[in-house]
Amino acid sequence: MDKEKKTDKHKSVGIISPELFTFDYLKLESGDKFGPISLAYETYGVLNRDRSNAILIAHALSGDAHAAGVHEGKENTGWWDEFIGPGKAFDTDKYFVICSNVLGGCKGSTGPSSINPRTSRPFGLDFPLITINDMVRAQKRLIDHLGIEKLLSVVGGSMGGLQALSWLVNYPQNVRSAVPIATTIKHSPQQIAFNEVGRQAIMADAHWKSGNYYDGASPSKGLAVARMIGHITYMSDKSMAEKFGRAKKNAGEPFKFTADFEVEGYLRYRGDNFVKRFDANSYLYITKAMDNFDASAGRRFEDSLRGNKAKVLVISFKSDWLYPAYQSKEIVKACKLAGIETTYCEVDSTYGHDAFLLEVEEETHLLKHFLKKIFYAYEVTGDYGA
Amino acid sequence: MARKDVQLDHGIILDMIEPRSTVLDLGCGNGDLLYLLIKEKGVHGQGIEIDNQEIYRCVAKGLNVFHGDVDSGLAEFGDKTFDYVVLNQSLQQILHVDKVLIDALRVGKKVVVGFPNFAHYKSRLQMFFQGRTPVTGPLPYQWYETPNLHFLSISDFKRYCRIKGINIERSAYIGQARKIHFIPNLLAQAGIFLISK
Repeated sequence: MDKEKKTDKHKSVGIISPELFTFDYLKLESGDKFGPISLAYETYGVLNRDRSNAILIAHALSGDAHAAGVHEGKENTGWWDEFIGPGKAFDTDKYFVICSNVLGGCKGSTGPSSINPRTSRPFGLDFPLITINDMVRAQKRLIDHLGIEKLLSVVGGSMGGLQALSWLVNYPQNVRSAVPIATTIKHSPQQIAFNEVGRQAIMADAHWKSGNYYDGASPSKGLAVARMIGHITYMSDKSMAEKFGRAKKNAGEPFKFTADFEVEGYLRYRGDNFVKRFDANSYLYITKAMDNFDASAGRRFEDSLRGNKAKVLVISFKSDWLYPAYQSKEIVKACKLAGIETTYCEVDSTYGHDAFLLEVEEETHLLKHFLKKIFYAYEVTGDYGA
Repeated sequence: MARKDVQLDHGIILDMIEPRSTVLDLGCGNGDLLYLLIKEKGVHGQGIEIDNQEIYRCVAKGLNVFHGDVDSGLAEFGDKTFDYVVLNQSLQQILHVDKVLIDALRVGKKVVVGFPNFAHYKSRLQMFFQGRTPVTGPLPYQWYETPNLHFLSISDFKRYCRIKGINIERSAYIGQARKIHFIPNLLAQAGIFLISK
């Protein structure tokens, strides 16, 4: 498959207005009732008459509802813009695509930085400990609100993949297919460890003040370090070497501990940029939700899947060491044992975990044909015995 | 079922497989055979393939395919998960043939095996007159670039089945463009067997 980018050949979904859906309350996995809850969401394309063409895109840790197109007066496109639009993997000429900011997030949905109606101040740590399943329960409410009984597919990479698995297990009647990408049934100790270092960086920042920082300086240094660690785990040894090498930023004599190497400058830039758009408490809550998630709910995963009629496409990437291919293979194995129709591909990529955002050509091919098959209820069976 | 647009070996395998059965194609390549089985026989099919580009071709045909190698692809399946396990033109490239065949007979009620016949007369002539490793139509590789790990003949396979107590339910032999019925170990370029245990 050619590496040539097809972006220019396809149109964008254009200017998108984010929407807000508010509902009374949600019964959380912990048993507590929490509400009211608002979810920020965007949609692309048109829902067809029999409401059979809706695809839910679930975003990753630092993502948001803005998956494609641009906002009025803004320049930056959505985080999966190369995948969503006319003629793209999620062809908006055919499909109705929905993406919502997760519960606990900070980009329009209710999260720790939202105002607590009881105190008229931001929740901070009064925000309940939410789970991936809670995020999905909230999404289910949104889908109900949009009048969609059965999604054509739920698709997501990384944490989005956790949500796709949660949908598959908790709402088997409401999904015709699921596409977990670069993800896992449950976090390994290594994945938890990296998240914990990020959380510790935030909590060690003097400005964090046990989460009560909203009327003063925010723990931006801690959050920036958390993001830097994240970025290291999203790349591969090779992609870092190719992107930065040992190149120095300044030719002159270096001052002590400035960002001399390109890679240092990059991480600092990424960290500093992140704090402008992300809330530290959301980072704590969401990473904890990821670590606590177990799609198998303590059982064998195949037992959670038995009788499931949904079809599954699992995608992993060769150089992804944060969510290694063996974790995707565990999903595939469970699907195999549960008798679910499954396709699995380990895409040959050097981008590391970031590949799910970058391997446009390969993923587009897999997604396009898979979705087509599901959408047209296309069985290769046919004329025999007719 | 004689069809001009269907590869000879595919046509033979098509005849061996019962309609509406379940089939696992180990080393399914571009998925042509699996597609044909699904389309013509209404089977429920699953492929396993190691090559990315071939997987993309399978996906484009709407097939379910796992990325994986034949040697480890069977272990995770329960006993008699499939009516048939198909190993067409992949047997000679498998590292642990014996293990895979035993496992295929565990996972499938029946197994279809197709492989190039190393004892075809052209191979024998090349070996005899040139004293070199044969390079022929069904075995087109030089010794230093061949993906084939095993060079077996039709007689070898029959002997193997006898030793292992494997039943040969049906067999077919093919030459350049037709079936071979006479001294297959000498005249056939490939053998296709339906076996069970």
